[in-house]
Amino acid sequence: MSQPAGDEIVQFDNVGLRYGTDKEVLRNLSFTLYPGSFYFLTGASGAGKTSLLRLLYLAQRPSRGMIRMFGSDAITLPRDRLPMLRRRIGVVFQDFRLVSHLSAFDNVALPLRVAGASEADLRRPVSDMLDWVGLSDRMDARPATLSGGEQQRVAIARAVIARPEMLVADEPTGNVDPEMAVKLLRLFEALNGLGTTVVVATHDVHLLQKVPDSLIMRLNKGQLADPTGALRFPPRRTAGTARPGGSVA
Amino acid sequence: MNPTELLETRITGAVRAVTGAGEPELVPQSRLSGPMPWVIAIMVAMTVIALAGGLALRNTAMSAQAGLEGGLTVQIVESRQSERNAQGERAVERLRSTPGVVAARLVPDEELDRLIEPWLGSDGGASSTMAIPIPALIDVQLSGRASEARVNEIKAALASVAPAARVDAQSSWLEPVYDAISSLQWLAIALVLLLTLALAAAVLMAARTALGTNRDTIEIVHLLGGTDGQIARVFQRSIGVDAAAGGLVGFVLALVVILFLGRRFAGLGAGLVEQGSLGSADWVLLATVPVIAAILAMVTARFTVMHALRKML
Repeated sequence: MSQPAGDEIVQFDNVGLRYGTDKEVLRNLSFTLYPGSFYFLTGASGAGKTSLLRLLYLAQRPSRGMIRMFGSDAITLPRDRLPMLRRRIGVVFQDFRLVSHLSAFDNVALPLRVAGASEADLRRPVSDMLDWVGLSDRMDARPATLSGGEQQRVAIARAVIARPEMLVADEPTGNVDPEMAVKLLRLFEALNGLGTTVVVATHDVHLLQKVPDSLIMRLNKGQLADPTGALRFPPRRTAGTARPGGSVA
Repeated sequence: MNPTELLETRITGAVRAVTGAGEPELVPQSRLSGPMPWVIAIMVAMTVIALAGGLALRNTAMSAQAGLEGGLTVQIVESRQSERNAQGERAVERLRSTPGVVAARLVPDEELDRLIEPWLGSDGGASSTMAIPIPALIDVQLSGRASEARVNEIKAALASVAPAARVDAQSSWLEPVYDAISSLQWLAIALVLLLTLALAAAVLMAARTALGTNRDTIEIVHLLGGTDGQIARVFQRSIGVDAAAGGLVGFVLALVVILFLGRRFAGLGAGLVEQGSLGSADWVLLATVPVIAAILAMVTARFTVMHALRKML
């Protein structure tokens, strides 16, 4: 599958990230994410997955390099234009990051409210979404009263409610049972089918095999590596080289 | 959309337009339960009382000044009563024919006795005036201000007909009193300014504390695409509600104090104090204090929050 030039949704060029004066946690990242693709980001603990995701959902600026997102230079973009860019990205945080004083309903409704949706317009989609993740009976519950799995489902519902152009999920199935994990993956796939670019960071190798035609970004000590060990990304996606559920050589 | 939903939407829209509500409740609201409304209530009460004091002093000074501005007192200091009376009558005649003099009145002996009664006793009315030579007094009202030049003109006019005359502008006697009132007015203005600064500082600290407490939530809202303006509006509205409630309580408290003190001072029956009562324009000015406090609190909160948010990505 070849991608048309200039159609990329995210482009990293020689990106590096360091916190303070420590050594770089991400080094020389150069890759492109295309619309409608499904990516898994894997790597050992401390490989830099969360740091890379933070760059992807614009929580962090890199120490060096160039990042283009949705056609804009994310490094030099003025602060007041970041919100509009962020509204195009859905994020599932590893620690859920639900707003503790808001109910499950209000947490899920938050991206729509932030985007200016009226109460009448958001009530049905939020209810439907909570119903879909099996929490229709917990709409009024505060996060503290929800189990880890329930919180994760609320976090996922919040990330996808506004139909983002890119979904970034950090270990989204870490706290749910296998059945729910598959169900959530189907949700991500459905979104992907609608054109959303999905990036899922996970430790779960079984998960990688459950999404056909997905691509794998493997991080090793802050650098991207393909299965052959070459430090480059994206792997060349030519006919016959993409393996469903596997990485690309 | 059915009619009920349509009505609901309209009502929600109207409420949102009037109150600014409808922004997501991004930070936990603890209205009226925290110290902020009470801090604002105390600040507003003190400001209103200080301002009322300043206005009353201004009214006193203005009223007294208006009455005494053109006033002159001519004393005929002559020990012999017949000569004193003769000079007094000649002086009044001369004054009445002098340009710029509106009125000239020889103060009767009975009135003089009443004036000195508190010092020389009531029984001495007639006897004291006989025993102690009291200057004859002429109360003069000029058409304009009793300036030094005017006083000198009057002195010159009286020199030939009443050589024992001493002329004083009435306002000059009260100059030290005016100076004291002026100092108190400045003190009131300084107090109002200091309280305003203290209120802004209190709001600034409250906003910073709230920002620190809710930093995680703010970061999440930022990452979901929330703008600085949306976040600032939430804090601004929350502190505005606190300030409005606190301001109202403070104003009522100050009102009670002012009315109580007003009645106490009125009971003194002292002329100067009575002239210091507050007019309707003064009350309107006092009523703007809680409104200004609420606006100041909201502006301070917005400025503080926006400034802090600019440091975040």
